[in-house]
Amino acid sequence: MSIRVGEAAEAPSFAVASKELLKNDQLRRNVRNATGIIRGKRANVVGETPDWQQLRDAGHAIKEHTLRHLGDYLARFEENCIRAGGKVHWARDADEANAISIELIHRYTPDGKRAEVIKVKSMTTDEIGMNKALVTAGITPYETDLADLIVQLGDDKPSHIVVPALHRNRMEIRELFMRTMKLDELGTSPEDIAGAARVYLREKFLRVPIAISGANFAVAETGSVCVVESEGNGRMCVSLPRVLISVVGIEKIIPTFQDLEVFLQLLSRSATGERMNPYNSIWTGVVPGDGPREFHVILLDNGRTKVLADSASSETLDCIRCGACLNACPVYRQTGGHAYGSIYAGPIGAILTPQLQSMEHSTSLPYASSLCGACYEVCPVKINIPEILIHLREKIVDGQDHHGGMGTDFAEKAGMKVAAWAMSDAANLSTVRAAGRLAQIPFARNGVIHSLPGMLGQWTNTRDMPAIPAESFRQWWARRRQNVVPGGTK
Amino acid sequence: MILYEANGPTISTVSARNGRLFARCVAIHWSLRISLFITCYNDVLFPKTGQAVVTVLERLGHTVEFRPTQTCCGQMHYNSGYHMDALPLMEKFLEDFHDAEVICIPSASCVSTIRDHYPVMAEKSGSKDLIRQVNEILPRVFEFSELLIDKLGVEDTGAYFPHVVTLHCSCHSLRSLGVGDKPERLLRNVKGLTFVPLEDYDQCCGFGGTFAVKNAEVSSAMAADKVKCILNTKAEVCAALDNSCLMQIGGTLGRDHAVTCTMHLAEILASTQSANGGTLA
Repeated sequence: MSIRVGEAAEAPSFAVASKELLKNDQLRRNVRNATGIIRGKRANVVGETPDWQQLRDAGHAIKEHTLRHLGDYLARFEENCIRAGGKVHWARDADEANAISIELIHRYTPDGKRAEVIKVKSMTTDEIGMNKALVTAGITPYETDLADLIVQLGDDKPSHIVVPALHRNRMEIRELFMRTMKLDELGTSPEDIAGAARVYLREKFLRVPIAISGANFAVAETGSVCVVESEGNGRMCVSLPRVLISVVGIEKIIPTFQDLEVFLQLLSRSATGERMNPYNSIWTGVVPGDGPREFHVILLDNGRTKVLADSASSETLDCIRCGACLNACPVYRQTGGHAYGSIYAGPIGAILTPQLQSMEHSTSLPYASSLCGACYEVCPVKINIPEILIHLREKIVDGQDHHGGMGTDFAEKAGMKVAAWAMSDAANLSTVRAAGRLAQIPFARNGVIHSLPGMLGQWTNTRDMPAIPAESFRQWWARRRQNVVPGGTK
Repeated sequence: MILYEANGPTISTVSARNGRLFARCVAIHWSLRISLFITCYNDVLFPKTGQAVVTVLERLGHTVEFRPTQTCCGQMHYNSGYHMDALPLMEKFLEDFHDAEVICIPSASCVSTIRDHYPVMAEKSGSKDLIRQVNEILPRVFEFSELLIDKLGVEDTGAYFPHVVTLHCSCHSLRSLGVGDKPERLLRNVKGLTFVPLEDYDQCCGFGGTFAVKNAEVSSAMAADKVKCILNTKAEVCAALDNSCLMQIGGTLGRDHAVTCTMHLAEILASTQSANGGTLA
């Protein structure tokens, strides 16, 4: 089985990638600006929802319940989807899902016609690297979400779960459209630029007979699939073509139609700061005379059952891909999404990517966080991301010990061992402190250290460090006790 | 401030100043024996904070004890994934403080380790005894500002500090402990002090323990944002409940040769007209 998350396995470590991205002032301004706007909008619509915390609790509870009975609900979904006229396929990994899609597209492409598909924005198809697989198989995919189109035309990578082209500003997009759509003139207003995309996309909507979507939710009770979006491109894709293929991660299942009441409130407010998404498309199988004639669902595992197996971190699968944790994350806002080397960026990416694919390919991600907890605070389904980050760090540390992995982390491991010894006994702590006092002599000036060698140099490159003062607290306390008259403070 | 020391309840009458309104609040409490968990990095790097905590609590009529066997809560090891090394430190803390009446900790992140992660560690260890010990100790663990307001019912500590002060709300104090505006209330009741709110007060300073070294560039960029907001306030002092954040903020301010300095909340509250006349750190 080959479980992969985009091209995350080949990506450089977070520390390496972020160092480069921090030099890109334009990108950082774009990211800061865009996340700031969405955060403000989210705060407003969450603030006006008096039962927001209860909604979060409900969302978490429904997801946890579903995951505990996932096998049952998946079977129920399959049964009800087939009953409504849909066809259900099961894919263990990215390759299987892509192979099924390619076979279906070739099957339904009219003889003599070029194989083409229009696509609704879908993180899951990005995860399995579908576009690349389709192109290799001679199929042309057209992304129809404006931001995904920008990413596709620019041969770029998405940097945000909800707004994948957030790292691009308007002028960069205008230049890209003029170049790739071969336009001689294009205005500079948002309307002008969106208008160009509209003309470009409408022709595809009307011509291409096959569409591919992901799913925000799949309802077990009815076999329905739900996609929410803001541009209407999704509605076009799920209603105009003759064939619709939906790639659905198995964690997207919810038990009942009524559960959408909770999730549609949580998702839109968290993702885009809207009370409701402009387009909420829910379809059930096929309906004669309306919409696609053929409807296929591909239920995808690609590492999800592996995530489910670890109870300390399985709530990662509760995620509804709203992106609120990205916007809230002070680390993400400095670097943007590309630093995470995965289509899943930000805090959720830092826990999802290492769990889906093999941990050894993403050992830097669980450390790409100051554990500030802003992600947990905004998460609409209450995923305790900081706790899971720590859990994954533990797995990495244990793995290293198991494999005797030394390399770059030897200094850290040695430091941790020394610290553990120092803290095991107050006398040891005093010894290490005394050693530190001696060691700092060449570096300390007037109680401040401006430069240190080795790993600690990473600190002093940009920040001063206080020198260890002559008297520790416990020395002060001992001295004070000696001076205190009997009967006084003890 | 009048204090009546007795074997029974102590009555302290504290005059609290709130804007132009003068309110007198009477807090009835027992004179407590408060055990100070100084924390390892405060012990070694920031002893003044511990001294300030002792000063404030004794001034309020309580007895402070320091158990010399104490070392570290295990936060660094736990947060970095070295859970096998963190566990003995939790056991040590539980042993060192098992019979302490009230435990005061001048570090929100260490309190958060104890409150949020000790139960997880105990549960994972499978030891019923550890789970019981953690459950028993948690109600007695207080962060410094929590202790003053929630346990001692004091908002005016009788401090004097004639300076402009802003407050960085550390992530753990805000999101794990939920201290809310407690530290701000304590500061606003300090005589002579001018409080200026901090823009983006709830944004992480970028310290994050080993994160500050492992991802030093991102960490420094976060600190630069924080420092920009602090300098915009024109405050003389940036206060916080965590010296770890203040080391990050102060280290960046120092490198930029800024005049603004950093002080733990306790050090501001320890300052009185008679003691040190409110001198800066």
